[in-house]
Amino acid sequence: MTDPIHFTLNGRSVRFEGDGERTLLWVLRTDFGLTGPKYGCGEGACGACTVLVDGEPLLSCQTTVKAAAGGDIVTIEGLAEDGVLHPLQEAFVETGGLQCGFCTPGMILKAAGLLRANPDPSRQEIIDGLENNLCRCGAHARIVEAVQIAARKGGGR
Amino acid sequence: MTTPTFPTSMDRRQFLKRMGLLGGGLVVYFTVGDPSALARTPREGYLGSRIPTDFNAFLRIGADERVTLLTGKIEMGQGVITSLPQMLADELDVAYGAVDIVMGDTDLCPWDAGTFGSLSTRHFGVFLREAAAEAKGVLRELAAARLKVPGDRLATENGAVFDSSNPVKRITYGALTNGNIIERHLDKVPDLENRSGFTVMGGSCLRRDALDKVTGAARFAGDIRLPGMLYAKILRAPAHGAKLKRVDTAPAEQVDGVRVVRDGDFIAVLHAYPDVAEKALRKIDAEFDLPKTGIDDQTIFDHLLENAPAPTINSEGGSIETGRKRAGRTISHTYFNSYVAHAPMEPHAATAQMKDGRMTVWASTQTPFPLKDQVAAALNMPPEKIRVVTPFVGGGFGGKSASMQGIEAARLAKITGRPVQVGWSREEEFFFDAFRPAAVVKIDAGLDDSGRITFYDHNVYFAGQRGSEQYYDFPHHREAAHGSWRGPSTDVHPFAVGPWRAPGANTNVYARELHINLLAAEAGADPLAFRLDHLTDKRMIGVLKAAAEQFGWTPAPPPSGRGFGIACGIDAGTYVATMAEVAVDKPHGTVQVKRVVAAQDMGFVVNPDGAKMQMEGCITMGLGYALTEEIRFSDGKIHDKNFDTYRLPRFSWLPRIETVLVENPDLSSQGGGEPAIVTMGGAIATAIHDAVGAAVFQLPMTPERVKAAMGEG
Repeated sequence: MTDPIHFTLNGRSVRFEGDGERTLLWVLRTDFGLTGPKYGCGEGACGACTVLVDGEPLLSCQTTVKAAAGGDIVTIEGLAEDGVLHPLQEAFVETGGLQCGFCTPGMILKAAGLLRANPDPSRQEIIDGLENNLCRCGAHARIVEAVQIAARKGGGR
Repeated sequence: MTTPTFPTSMDRRQFLKRMGLLGGGLVVYFTVGDPSALARTPREGYLGSRIPTDFNAFLRIGADERVTLLTGKIEMGQGVITSLPQMLADELDVAYGAVDIVMGDTDLCPWDAGTFGSLSTRHFGVFLREAAAEAKGVLRELAAARLKVPGDRLATENGAVFDSSNPVKRITYGALTNGNIIERHLDKVPDLENRSGFTVMGGSCLRRDALDKVTGAARFAGDIRLPGMLYAKILRAPAHGAKLKRVDTAPAEQVDGVRVVRDGDFIAVLHAYPDVAEKALRKIDAEFDLPKTGIDDQTIFDHLLENAPAPTINSEGGSIETGRKRAGRTISHTYFNSYVAHAPMEPHAATAQMKDGRMTVWASTQTPFPLKDQVAAALNMPPEKIRVVTPFVGGGFGGKSASMQGIEAARLAKITGRPVQVGWSREEEFFFDAFRPAAVVKIDAGLDDSGRITFYDHNVYFAGQRGSEQYYDFPHHREAAHGSWRGPSTDVHPFAVGPWRAPGANTNVYARELHINLLAAEAGADPLAFRLDHLTDKRMIGVLKAAAEQFGWTPAPPPSGRGFGIACGIDAGTYVATMAEVAVDKPHGTVQVKRVVAAQDMGFVVNPDGAKMQMEGCITMGLGYALTEEIRFSDGKIHDKNFDTYRLPRFSWLPRIETVLVENPDLSSQGGGEPAIVTMGGAIATAIHDAVGAAVFQLPMTPERVKAAMGEG
């Protein structure tokens, strides 16, 4: 049996006992019951599995749970603080920056990472930053608008 | 009192049981003298014949004053989770916020053929509104007795009936039903609310699923977690038409915790973790006989034309031969489009559980009721023992009309006695996509010396007639379809094809609208004026003019070098005109769509912002089939397995999008989920032609095809 792996998950210290080579995506979705990170492609080609690790967006389908050891992991379920929505979440609701909602958790977390690195991005910087997150419903225009609104409201805090 | 009647295919016991499932006996339960007479809109055909006549099937009023809307429709992003409650709120006179909605649950909701064809508002919505009007009529009768006020003095608002001459005299709907099962007879069919009475419809409500979707609370079929559940990965053939020759599952069975199920050629590996099941599946040693069809994405069009069935003429006027004689110049072209994938972000998933002799399947499906029947047939169980529940669906676009994964999960749950989840990989999703069919359109048309079209002859192969119906005023025309989008009865397509957002229409409209532009070019006419000169249909003229005004269209015959495109069409009762501006990188053949303006006349608009979201989605998704999306395949093998080679529209493609809703509120609501996508191929093809003078006769218009077209030009 391998040593337990410790990390912070949505603000809580947790430990994982099992095969550290398993992907973070499926450990989150099964062992921890957090279904916000989605399986969309399994190859890091769509962004639906994006989570934040130490504030950086990471493709959880391309990461082993071992590699995330010691990290501060935030999934979409943990983005709101004390029941208060993150400005990105608010802005996605306000603008209708989603349709089917399947890409939404990854989209918001990717944008959260962007705003953290660049609290005042240009429209082009938002487009460049989200380029590898796919949305099939075609909500792109409103997603860009939502990120712009969130930036203005201090979403990169 | 006459004998109560019950929703179709449901007896009284079942009906009351269903009501019980909805939260106890606090149900308005009315009967009517002649239910069929009250079912004002006829329940006809496949779409309508099994829709219940009893309005209780559509809504429930709780003693807590909350109203529950019941619908067999599902939410896959199109937004009816918001617009249907808007419709019910207005018709029943309750607050929008007092309406809850249950969708796609075959135990709780009225039968429905499926969520497709942009039918939720224009078809189901009519039954829903009628049900609400009838319920309101019964509530007024109850109130007349309780308040001792003549019925004609009563009015309704915000979930209560009141005396219009003494408004403090009122009683709420919840108090009227008061937890009792009440049987009432309606003598007169109540009228539907007229538009002036709408306070919720016609306004833009925020998506009611948005909060759940931004917090991760929204559940999809693959997010269901049940105690003891196993995840299944299924052995797949490497090619369509391949046959399993030899298999050794022992290496997979040696993985700790793995269970292998074999039922004929259906072999599944199950484990408490899907990733472990997936790894174990790869250990299975299997050999297949592979087909040699010689058909691939290059040869497919010859194959289709060689196997084309005889045409069905869907519309015609005048005589093609007469028109041809009057033509000074004719233009004939053949248009092609490749197989296109639905590629929803959520791959097909289902969770199934057998409990107390009943099978429940949570499925990512557009067709929960048909799936219920399919599961019953596959398991050899009576349909009433099957329940399909539809959580949020992560995109469908027609691709989740078939739900094989639901049958697979149910089979495995029955065999293992454990809850089982089946979640397809992206590769499985592409393999079983049931693509938009590859198709060919041949158009032959002629101009007279004054630049008018004398004849127009449209032959479509394998896309079907949708979108080919003629609305231009051509004196001599014929629109014929060789096979439907489902294909003919023989297996001409090398794999399954299916409905893809406005089936057939994207193909037909692209071919027609590019052809019209080439005729305009030949006539030396501005393509907008040329269209208007051949139109008398007021709605089409209206959307073209609205688009032109928003776009700032100025006349010039193509190719003008500006890169301005135009296309119009009708789908699901809705008229749409689209104008696009593109820039073509001539050395590379790449196309950047800079701006798209779409104007749409969809009759009365229930939720304008929701309608615009659908238009924007259609425009953005439409960039893909126009520019990059096509499936590469050979000998039954699908070569596109993921998004690295199959290119979906991305943020960097995003044009400036402007949408216009052309007001036509006196026309009943028409479709909204599909229409605006049908013009995208044509708008971009005509814009490319306008930019560089090259007509691209095959979708998608890849850089190679654009360069080749420029070379020929």
